[in-house]
Amino acid sequence: MGAFFIQPLITAALVLVLTAPISGLVLDGYRFDLHWQPPLWLALAAFFIHVGLILIRRLLRPGQKAPPQQNSRQIHPTVLRTATILLPLLGLLLPFFLGKYWLTVAILALIYVLLALGLNIVVGLAGMLDLGFVAFYAVGAYGYALGQEYLGLGFWAALPLGASLAAGLGMILGFPVLRMHGDYLAIVTLGFGEIIRLILNNWVSFTGGPNGMRVDSPTLLGLEFSRRAKEGNVPFHEFLGIDYSSNHRHIFIYLILFLVVLATLSLVTRLKHMPLGRSWEALREDEIACRSLGINHVTVKLSAFALGAMIGGIGGVFFAASQGFVNPTSFTFFESALILAIVVLGGLGSIPGVIIAAIVITVLPELLRDFSDYRVLVFGLAMVCMMIWRPKGLVQNRRPVFQRRSA
Amino acid sequence: MAETPSHREPILELKNVSSHYGPVRALEGVSLTVHQGEIVTLIGANGAGKSTLLMTLFANPRATVGEVFFAGTKITHLPTHRVSPLGLALVPEGRRIFPGMTVIENMELGRTALGQQRQKVNLEFLYNLFPILKERRGQKAGTLSGGEQQMLAIARALMSQPRLLLLDEPSLGLAPMMIRKIFALIQTIVQSGTTVFLVEQNANQALQIADRGYVLVNGQIRLTGTGHELLTNPEVRQAYLGKLTHRE
Ligand SMILES: Nc1ncnc2c1ncn2[C@@H]1O[C@H](COP(=O)(O)OP(=O)(O)O)[C@@H](O)[C@H]1O
Ligand SMILES: [Mg+2]
Repeated sequence: MGAFFIQPLITAALVLVLTAPISGLVLDGYRFDLHWQPPLWLALAAFFIHVGLILIRRLLRPGQKAPPQQNSRQIHPTVLRTATILLPLLGLLLPFFLGKYWLTVAILALIYVLLALGLNIVVGLAGMLDLGFVAFYAVGAYGYALGQEYLGLGFWAALPLGASLAAGLGMILGFPVLRMHGDYLAIVTLGFGEIIRLILNNWVSFTGGPNGMRVDSPTLLGLEFSRRAKEGNVPFHEFLGIDYSSNHRHIFIYLILFLVVLATLSLVTRLKHMPLGRSWEALREDEIACRSLGINHVTVKLSAFALGAMIGGIGGVFFAASQGFVNPTSFTFFESALILAIVVLGGLGSIPGVIIAAIVITVLPELLRDFSDYRVLVFGLAMVCMMIWRPKGLVQNRRPVFQRRSA
Repeated sequence: MAETPSHREPILELKNVSSHYGPVRALEGVSLTVHQGEIVTLIGANGAGKSTLLMTLFANPRATVGEVFFAGTKITHLPTHRVSPLGLALVPEGRRIFPGMTVIENMELGRTALGQQRQKVNLEFLYNLFPILKERRGQKAGTLSGGEQQMLAIARALMSQPRLLLLDEPSLGLAPMMIRKIFALIQTIVQSGTTVFLVEQNANQALQIADRGYVLVNGQIRLTGTGHELLTNPEVRQAYLGKLTHRE
C-alpha cells in the first residue's frame, strides 16, 4: 500500500517546488512576502488528483495488468461526430464572448495551431527535424508587409502571395537538404532560419530593419475596420450602422483564421490517409524500402517541406495582420523551438495532440502572466516531465484500427 | 526440372554487370538470366555480393559496367523509384517493413508502383496466402513476429502484382519451421504465375525448390546449373551444404 502513495507524494513535492516561487512569493511594494498557503494547497490538490488517477486506472483495469485492448481505446463514433460538429461551432461563437485582450490571445493560439500543424507535417509525419521553421513564418509575415509597401497589396492578395512565397522557399531549402538526415538536417535548417532573420534585420532599405514595418488590417469586401476609412471608403461600423469597436477587427481576423485552421485541419487529416501522407510516414521509417517500392523520395520530401512551409507562411500573414506591425524580433530561433516544442509535446504526428499543445502553450503563459519570468522555466520542466512520463507526447499518434467483421 | 527455354526472351537479363561502392568492387562481370515462370536462386556466402546484385537492378548502386534488361526494357540507369512500376518487386534483406505503420498500411504502400491506375488489388488472394496478415491487419507491423514480418514484406511486394518477385534471404533469422513455411509459400506464389528470383545463403532449401541456380563468389558467378545439378555438385556441397550431413 505504501507504494500506492509514493508517486502522488513525488508529484506533490514537484508541484510544491515548481509553484512555490510563483504563487508563494507576493510582491508588496519593494518587498517580497512569503505566503505558504497557496503552494501548499496546490501541492495537496496535485496529490489528490494523482491518487484519484491511480484509483480510476485501477477501477478501469481490475485483475490482471493486461494491456488495454486497442479497440476499447477508440472513441465512440457518435461522440466523435457530435464533437466534430460542436467544437467548430463553439470556436466560431467564441470571439463574441471575449474581451479584446483574450481575443488577441485566442488569435495567437490559432496562429500557433496553424504553425504547429505545418511543422507537424515536416517533423511529425515526414520525420525531418526542421529547426528553422520560423523562416517560413517570417516570409509569410514580411510577404504581407512588403507586398503592401511596394506592390500595394491588401490582405486577401497577401494570403496567397505569402503562402506561395513560403512554399517556394520551402522547396528551395528542400533541395539541398534532401540527402541529409537527423543532426545535419537540423543544423542546416537552423542556419536557414537565422539567415532569413538576419536578412530581414540588416536589409534596412528594403525591410526597414529592426524598426519593422506597419501592416494594414484586412478588409471585408472593401470595408475597413478602422474608425475612419481612407479616402472615399466606408468603414465597417458605419456601413452596418453600429458603434465603432476595435474588437470588430479582431473578431474578423479570428473568424477568417478559424476557417483557415479548419480547412488546414481537414486537409492534413485527409492527407494522413492518402497515398502522399502515407508516403511521408513510410519515408520516415525506411527510405530504401520506399524507393524500391516505387516512391519518389525527392517529390515526397519536397512536398512535405513545401506544404509545411506554406502553412507556416499563412500563419505569418495572419500574424502580421493581427499585430498590425512586423519586425525581426518576432522571428528568432526561440520561436522555432517553441513551435517544435508544441509538436513534440503534442505527440509527433498526432493532430489532436498538436492542437491541444498549441493552445495550452499559448494560453497558459497568459494565465500565468504575472510570473512571465518563469515561463521558460516551467516550459523546460514540463518538457522534462513529459519525456519521463509520456515520451510519446500528450496524445499518442493512434493508428486507425480496422474492426474485425466476423468473429 | 524445366529446360531453359532458350528461344524465349528472358524476363530478367544481366549482361556483364559490375557494381562498385566507391572504389570497392562488389560485382564483377555478372551475367545471368531469369525466364518467365521459373524459380531461379542465387546462392553465395556472406559478403559475396548477393544483395548488391539485387540493389543494382534498382540502380542503387548503379551498374558501372554492363547492362540490365527487364522484359526487354533496359533498366540499367533508371532511377530507383521508376523500376518497380515496370513489374519488379523486391523483398529486401532484413524485411524492411514500416514498423510504426499497420499491416494494412504497409500493404497499401506496396501498391505505389501501380500508380494512378488504382487497380483493384486482389486482397483476398493475399489474405488466403497469409491468413495471419488478415487477422493482424490493424496491428502495428513492428509488433509482428519475425516470420510474420517476412510474410508481410512478401505480401507488400506482391501488392504491385509484379511479374518478377525478388527475395533477398527470406529465411534470415527464422526458425526452421517458419523457413519451411516461407519456402512453401514461395512455391505457391510461383504456381500462381509470378516468376521468382530467390537470393539465399540457405543453399540446401533454396536449391531444392529452384529450377536453376547461380553460385556467386566474391562478386563473380562461379557456377550455374539446374537446382539438382548444383545440389549434387561436390564444390557446392563442400562450400555451402556443410558436407551434406543432412541430406533429405
Ligand atoms: N553500402 C555499402 N557501402 C560499401 N560497401 C558495401 C555496401 N554494401 C555492401 N558493401 C560491400 O559489398 C560487398 C557485398 O555485400 P552484399 O551485397 O551485402 O553481400 P551479401 O548480400 O552477399 O551478403 C561486401 O564486401 C560489403 O562489405
Ligand atoms: Mg545480403
